[in-house]
Amino acid sequence: MNTWEVTTLAERSAEALSSSFWGAAGYLGLAMLGMAGFVAVLGMVLIYAERKVAGHFQCRLGPMRVGWHGTLQTVADTVKLLLKEDIVPYQADKMLHILAPLLMFIGTILVLLVLPFSPIVQVADVNIGVVYITAVSGFSVLGILLGGWSSNNKWSLIGAMRAGAQIISYEVSATLALLVVVLFSGSLQLSEIVRSQAEGWWIWRAHGVGIVAFLIFFIASTAEINRTPFDMPEGESELTAGFHTEYSGLRFAFFFLAEFINMFLVAALTSTLFLGGWMPFHIGGFENFNALMDLIPAGLWFTGKTAFLVFVLMWFRWSFPRLRVDQLMRLEWKILLPIGLVNLFVAAVVVLYGLYFFPVR
Amino acid sequence: MSVHVSTLEERIRLQRTDGSPLATQEYFVNMGPQHPSTHGVLRLVLRLDGETVREVIPVLGYIHRGIEKMGERLGYRQFVHLSDRLDYLSALSNNWAISMAVEKAAKIELNDRIQVIRTIVAELQRIQSHQLWWGVFGMDLGAFTPFLYGFRDREIITDIFEETMGSRLTMNYIQPGGLMFDIHPNFVKRTKDFLTYFKPKLVEYETLLSENVIMQERLRGVGKVDAEAAVSLGCTGPVLRASGVAHDLRKLEPYGVYDKVQFDVAIGRTGDCWDRYWVRLEEMRQSMAIIEQLIDNIPEGKHMVMKPAAKIKLPEGSTYTHLETARGILGVYIVSDGSEEPYRIHLRTPNFNNLWMITEAAKNWRLGDLVAVLSSLDIVVPDIDR
Repeated sequence: MNTWEVTTLAERSAEALSSSFWGAAGYLGLAMLGMAGFVAVLGMVLIYAERKVAGHFQCRLGPMRVGWHGTLQTVADTVKLLLKEDIVPYQADKMLHILAPLLMFIGTILVLLVLPFSPIVQVADVNIGVVYITAVSGFSVLGILLGGWSSNNKWSLIGAMRAGAQIISYEVSATLALLVVVLFSGSLQLSEIVRSQAEGWWIWRAHGVGIVAFLIFFIASTAEINRTPFDMPEGESELTAGFHTEYSGLRFAFFFLAEFINMFLVAALTSTLFLGGWMPFHIGGFENFNALMDLIPAGLWFTGKTAFLVFVLMWFRWSFPRLRVDQLMRLEWKILLPIGLVNLFVAAVVVLYGLYFFPVR
Repeated sequence: MSVHVSTLEERIRLQRTDGSPLATQEYFVNMGPQHPSTHGVLRLVLRLDGETVREVIPVLGYIHRGIEKMGERLGYRQFVHLSDRLDYLSALSNNWAISMAVEKAAKIELNDRIQVIRTIVAELQRIQSHQLWWGVFGMDLGAFTPFLYGFRDREIITDIFEETMGSRLTMNYIQPGGLMFDIHPNFVKRTKDFLTYFKPKLVEYETLLSENVIMQERLRGVGKVDAEAAVSLGCTGPVLRASGVAHDLRKLEPYGVYDKVQFDVAIGRTGDCWDRYWVRLEEMRQSMAIIEQLIDNIPEGKHMVMKPAAKIKLPEGSTYTHLETARGILGVYIVSDGSEEPYRIHLRTPNFNNLWMITEAAKNWRLGDLVAVLSSLDIVVPDIDR
């Protein structure tokens, strides 16, 4: 098994703080700059990918005109968004209106910070990573609620209220599914969770509860990030654009970008927790095969798994109709939550009494 | 006699439940005239209790062009042009309705070729209209992909129309006394090609949308209107048939050559959104069956039984004819004073009556259901306002 000694930027910053304040600030600035660049590029790539995937699902080509196969289309759109007039509606709560997209964006960035992209690329390796993620992802619901409330528009308000109910409900299920992995790996630290999957990924090594947890987590997360079939808060045909109806220009871009980064986050988290993150695919006993798999860099494994899940999310979006708001709540509280609870209980029994059919740790 | 027309302010009465632990306050919102799912400039004033729709008040007039009034200053041949602009998705049926009224009043006898071609193009138009509706319906329920699938298949019919009629949307093809042009030599082959192409695509439609569990959840039992209510609201077309009333003018008062072809009238059982959805899908199949029976033996003959430039004068008196467009009964009532222009022309358009079903069907359902119901009624707004 590979072992890497990793010093994250956050740790370097903490070390430097004892000697010089500016050194620490430098590391933090580096982390911020890296993240900002990463987020901007990732957002553009995801938007381009979404449009291409949607295009080919719908028997058309997607963007083709700007750049080779439309690769510069998202860049052009970004420039357009930057140059657009930024309107705050009359009688809107101006401060909250400006604050809301930032809050949504902060929630997204904060989760991104703790993701282990590969054994050597991670901004901060928090030892309570899982708890941290469930905590800070709540920022986005705050952003949506405030955005809807401050816009002084009834459609926005309806969208925001739907978002509030939906995100808070589905967080319960997502967390329950997450705990199953925590039980099996015995750690809250994301890098540790990935390392614990060296023998095999939790989705199938966790005695069947893993796959149930995986499905619940993926469905609940899709609902949390407001993607079709759970895109009630935006509900284009019902609420025009939901909570961001009144946003334009850069502030709309923030909402838009956060949405796409959130999609990446869900895919990345799911692959980290259930599909082994950057761990290569290994089959016990097949040494040559495993060695071959190890040749593929860890970063590529992570990217590949994440990209696949992102594609699945896009697949959902371009095939499914939207659920109704009460059906959405029924799905969570009457179906996902009971299954999740039972699943967690079974997982706890397995781990507690050591009912392992094959070595797990 | 004076009729009191209630204003919007009088009709909106917000109710408040005070004192209970779950006190709620109703509010109203304007859905439209600019809204993605009102399909044009329809305005619905909604009284909402949270997400629940308590009352729907349609407000009309945003695209009123005075087509009936304009008709009083135009000759009958000219008025056909305006009829394209009523329900632009069944332009040919509208042309036919006007022509039929004029032909009935002027006692113009048509040959079989004209009748067969009219029937074929009207059925093609019905399929085309339902294809577009199917796509838009999917989009209103949040699935965007069906929209482009519908348009992809509709494009083929539009191309066929373009080749023969020179126009893609407002064809203005059926004229009093015949057809504007004879069919293009490619027409028969391309129509047959379309039939072989579209049959498997209908299966695809079923797989993509009908069999989706979310779709079924969204539609089954939603927005039920029973037969009695549908009849009393004056609904016609697929909307009425979905409520279980087998009322189809193609069967009851056959025009064209509908009495010479075999087809079934699709009816629903419960009158919910699912039935309205299913009836239209079935109508596409039946329309294809009708075209199949006719396309191989279009009789020979002229495409116009009178001189194209001949002025049409109707005898004094009134005429009423109606036919079944893709959305229901389009009735044409012409009062003539013997001149070249109608004294008064009135159109009984299907969408105007069908729209009012929304007031019954969407009551006490959620906002999302309102969109589903509105879309299942297949509204074309220029047809409502005229």
